[in-house]
Amino acid sequence: MRQLPGPILHVIRTLAAAAGTMLAASFVIFVALALAPGDPVSQILGPRASDAQRAQMRDQLGLDDPVLVRYWHWLTGALRGDFGTSLTYREDVSALLEPRILTTALLVLMATILILLVGLSLGTLGGTSDRWRPAVNALVGLGVAIPGFIAGSALISLFAVRLGWFPTFGAGSGFTDRVWHLTLPAIALAMGWSAYVAQMTSAAVSEENKREHVLTARGRGISRASVFRRHVLLNASIPVLTASGLTVAGLVAGSVVVESVFAIDGLGSLLVKSVSSKDYAPVTAISMIIVAVFVIVTTTIDLAQVALDPRLRKQTR
Amino acid sequence: MTTLTVLPDVAVVRRRSNLDMLTVVVATVCSALVVLAILGPFLTPYPPAQTDILAASQGPSAQHLLGTDALGRDILSRLLAGARLSFAGPGLIVAVSTTAGTAIAIWSAWHGGLLDKGMNRVLDVMFAVPGILVAVLAAAVFGSGFWAPVLALSIVYIPYVARVVRSAAVRERRLPYVEACQLAGMRPSRICSRHILRNVAPIALAQGTIAFASALMDFAAISFLGLGVQPPVSEWGLMVSDGRSELLDGAAQQSLAAGAMVVLTVVAFNVLGERVSRRIGGNR
Repeated sequence: MRQLPGPILHVIRTLAAAAGTMLAASFVIFVALALAPGDPVSQILGPRASDAQRAQMRDQLGLDDPVLVRYWHWLTGALRGDFGTSLTYREDVSALLEPRILTTALLVLMATILILLVGLSLGTLGGTSDRWRPAVNALVGLGVAIPGFIAGSALISLFAVRLGWFPTFGAGSGFTDRVWHLTLPAIALAMGWSAYVAQMTSAAVSEENKREHVLTARGRGISRASVFRRHVLLNASIPVLTASGLTVAGLVAGSVVVESVFAIDGLGSLLVKSVSSKDYAPVTAISMIIVAVFVIVTTTIDLAQVALDPRLRKQTR
Repeated sequence: MTTLTVLPDVAVVRRRSNLDMLTVVVATVCSALVVLAILGPFLTPYPPAQTDILAASQGPSAQHLLGTDALGRDILSRLLAGARLSFAGPGLIVAVSTTAGTAIAIWSAWHGGLLDKGMNRVLDVMFAVPGILVAVLAAAVFGSGFWAPVLALSIVYIPYVARVVRSAAVRERRLPYVEACQLAGMRPSRICSRHILRNVAPIALAQGTIAFASALMDFAAISFLGLGVQPPVSEWGLMVSDGRSELLDGAAQQSLAAGAMVVLTVVAFNVLGERVSRRIGGNR
């Protein structure tokens, strides 16, 4: 067989690693939850069920099968989009997930836009201007220290209760109403991560600014703006891209907390509710969605890096 | 004459201890917070669990400097008493993850080669896993309480320390003195523990300080979600969540005071860790 060209081999390898990560994560999560203490049967039937009823229910749920068999059933089901049944809601998990995925996706999307706008502009400002750097550093230092649930509480207190500009909870219905409802949550979610992206951007830009080819270009009398566009931006974009990728992956997990602050009926709040009520089918499904988003984003970033930076292509063979 | 001989001395002393104001301030704040975490429960003006329904949900007053919560408990007392648990969780997390992370980092850097490459990969993946998700899953498996998030986050935070220490240890490994020790017949375990560990320890401590700040946020978030320590104990994340109903009625002092304590602590420890690591020249 002919040797495949390097880049294609790299793509195949990266995709295989991504699939492997998902499989390993699903196995760990499923087995950990399957071995967790708690009895789903008494949760369904209540304490007064007879032993025969219990045995029948155990059989129906397949609880007497070995863990590996149960994992196999779950995996084949999950690949078809069947994530089992929720014990508390008495509904298919996929039916529970469907409306909530949209809410969470909109929240994450809004937060991402905010993060990129604020993080990239603040970071570029801090990385290029000596006058603004201390102010940007101070803002960043404060931003990374405010966790989402505290930012959310403060925002509710000021903008929803005091000023009444925004609703205090819920996700709204219809597009504009939803955006209005999700504005404060998106800001709460974006705060820490914008600071992180700003920090990374600022470091990357000031690093590039000190490089010899940038100094040479400046010495040749090329305008600052042009040097920035042609020599700094592209080189600095690689670490920034990595940081932004980690951000989006972290946002989905961050929404777990922020949705609970604003009582938004999304994936995150369903995860917390299901954990509290020991309802493991939604827990497994939502954890896997978070892992999947994470794996997809990091894999895309990985491939995009190679596309952006020709130097990496040689190393990938 | 005497002044002339004294002045240069002062200048030399100043140059040696070129601690800037900010470092001194954050170091003081951090020490004060640690003292508060240890002594907090003894400094409270009221017993933190004492309820007084007649004085419930009051604003700040001379008797209750930060007011009272929905059960009439003194918020300032709960804030002071809550420092202990808010610090104990992340403190334990960082103690475990810094120790384990440093050990893994030195071991991996010493052996190098495939093992080091593989370990580096594992740490990269672990670094990217969101701590909150792991802590929530741990609460699902082990039940809510103090130990589930502490256990989960202790593992999650290993790469925070290990990645930085590993790169320092790799640099250290290449220095001539290591080879000299080997030629002198010193055992690898001894070189690692006597020499490499001592040289990378400041970097591990600086990184551990920063990890403490992040762990404090995660631990408080888990309590806020109701999956960590349970009422009626007082803890800052729990207080932010306890104060939510009053916050919606316009009395935000409980949530905001507890939130402010978290933010203050995180800023102080972050800045301290960064200053220290910049001072010792560890790369971040």
